[in-house]
Amino acid sequence: MSLRRRVWISVAGFGLLAMGAILIAPAIGSTPVSLARALDGAIPFADNVDAQIFFVARLPRTLAGALVGAALAAAGVVLQALLRNPLATPFTLGVSAGASLGAMLAIMAIGPFGIGGLSGVPLASFAGSLCAVGVVYGLARIRRRGLSTDVLLLAGVTMNAFFSALILFVQYFADFAQTFRAVRWLMGDLDVGSYQPILAALPLLAAAFAIFAWLPRSLNLLALGAEAATTRGIDVTRAQRLAFFSASVATGAAVSLGGPIGFIGIVVPHLVRLIVGADHRVVLPAATLFGAAFLVTCDVAARTIMAPMVLPVGVITALIGGPFFLWLLVKRA
Amino acid sequence: MKTTRRLVIALLLAAAATLTAGAQASLPARRIVSLVPAVTEMLFAIGAGPRVVGVSSFDTYPPEVASRARVGALVDPDLERILALRPDLVVVYVSQDELRAQLARAGIASFVYQHQGLADVPVAMRRLGQAIGLEPEADRAAREFEQRVARVRTAVAGRRRPATMLVFGRAPRSLRNIYASGGTGFLHDALDAAGGANVFADVPRESVQASIELILARAPEVIIELRTSELVGDGNAPSPWLQLASVPAVRQGRIHTLAGDYLVVPGPRLADAVEALARVLHP
Repeated sequence: MSLRRRVWISVAGFGLLAMGAILIAPAIGSTPVSLARALDGAIPFADNVDAQIFFVARLPRTLAGALVGAALAAAGVVLQALLRNPLATPFTLGVSAGASLGAMLAIMAIGPFGIGGLSGVPLASFAGSLCAVGVVYGLARIRRRGLSTDVLLLAGVTMNAFFSALILFVQYFADFAQTFRAVRWLMGDLDVGSYQPILAALPLLAAAFAIFAWLPRSLNLLALGAEAATTRGIDVTRAQRLAFFSASVATGAAVSLGGPIGFIGIVVPHLVRLIVGADHRVVLPAATLFGAAFLVTCDVAARTIMAPMVLPVGVITALIGGPFFLWLLVKRA
Repeated sequence: MKTTRRLVIALLLAAAATLTAGAQASLPARRIVSLVPAVTEMLFAIGAGPRVVGVSSFDTYPPEVASRARVGALVDPDLERILALRPDLVVVYVSQDELRAQLARAGIASFVYQHQGLADVPVAMRRLGQAIGLEPEADRAAREFEQRVARVRTAVAGRRRPATMLVFGRAPRSLRNIYASGGTGFLHDALDAAGGANVFADVPRESVQASIELILARAPEVIIELRTSELVGDGNAPSPWLQLASVPAVRQGRIHTLAGDYLVVPGPRLADAVEALARVLHP
């Protein structure tokens, strides 16, 4: 089968899955909602509870889930190729720990600040992720020209530990309510409450995905190693830098929108590779679409399993993702 | 298996015996350390304030606590500082069993306390009075508390009880991380006494994370937000609640904010909270 054909088939298949999830998810929830009434334009919006539940509660949540899932899954694929390490996740390079520290500081120290309708927490969390990325990148550049993936990996792991220590330090001075909010933030949450946070994250995600679209061929070569890639005529440093920054921005924006939701960035890429093979020209779009479908589905589960209580979506992704991933490992072995 | 169970039971019995024995032996306590703000307030209310030598790091009321030593709190009690104050009674929270064991080893009695419902506040006050030999004073303070709550109940009896959501946590400037009172605990009881019908009365928990869908579905007629400090608000941004246009409380402008730590400390000032809630619910 030609590559083009494989790309089209996988994009169509996973695209249908993602579309299906995004269309069905807003119809499911703890409250029975009449879709006909929700979409009935004759009733004023302020009087239409069904429409409010559909458009104010469920649709932003579903869209946020799709964006965050797609971004984390794609960032996972890119970082696994860049670091040539199958265990890499979007959170390996310290982005999420930096984001978490930013969010903690916003929750603990600072009162109400923000730009427009955005609260300070997502802004601080994105700023924190940029700090972490900057430090890790700087360290990886110091030793030699180009980008050392070994240093990148070790610096990322160390930054994760260092930021975790800072988070504990900050949390120690928090009162109970702040600590609770902070811990809850770390579990991940997609109940974004309006379209504003989504619109704010959208330009960043769009920029990251524009770079992702250009990356797959370079990723295939990078996965072979820097030397092999150079002999095939690509600018390795440039490709590494683009991969690193686009994956970091995607992760930072996703975390600022939904919190550090785990397991998507590792389970989805591997699952997709098992189905479509290792060629990044197929894997990257397929994982992006499947990531969206996966997180939207997990969020439906989080909303309905213990209704009216809503479980943190990060707990669901870990509960589903962990065992499923182990099963895949065993099956493959 | 059987031996283990027997051992556990024996240990529990022994622990219970030490506790009661300790509390009785120390009667009347002269130097008290309180790690629970609600009990600190009770101690001052029953006239044992002068005996309080140490308080938790979260105590703010009454103003006299400013001059007392701070000895940590629920998760970080400072045993050394507690011992240095030479207390004969330490008020601990029910989950601080490690601290309790350490105090018992040092021969210091503990008064074990747990947050419960509104009706448990006067019960705890009377129990405290017994433990420190101030029974008449404790009974008087407890009766005053009960009478104040009863007066509110009488005043709102027969009035229509609006469906109310009592919010005690929300991320500023957004509708994220909204925590509201569930169907148990002192906040639910206070709302009930003040003549409100909790929209989450059916949830058998103290707190509910209220998703936007849940708020829209339950359609509260009144939303009351409790803020423990004035700092955390929405600034001058428009109220995020306005997005939920179909909620009756939003349409009728019945969204109220009550500020002050008396709302969330289940001590004697919980009667103030009941009165404040009643003023908002039945103006």
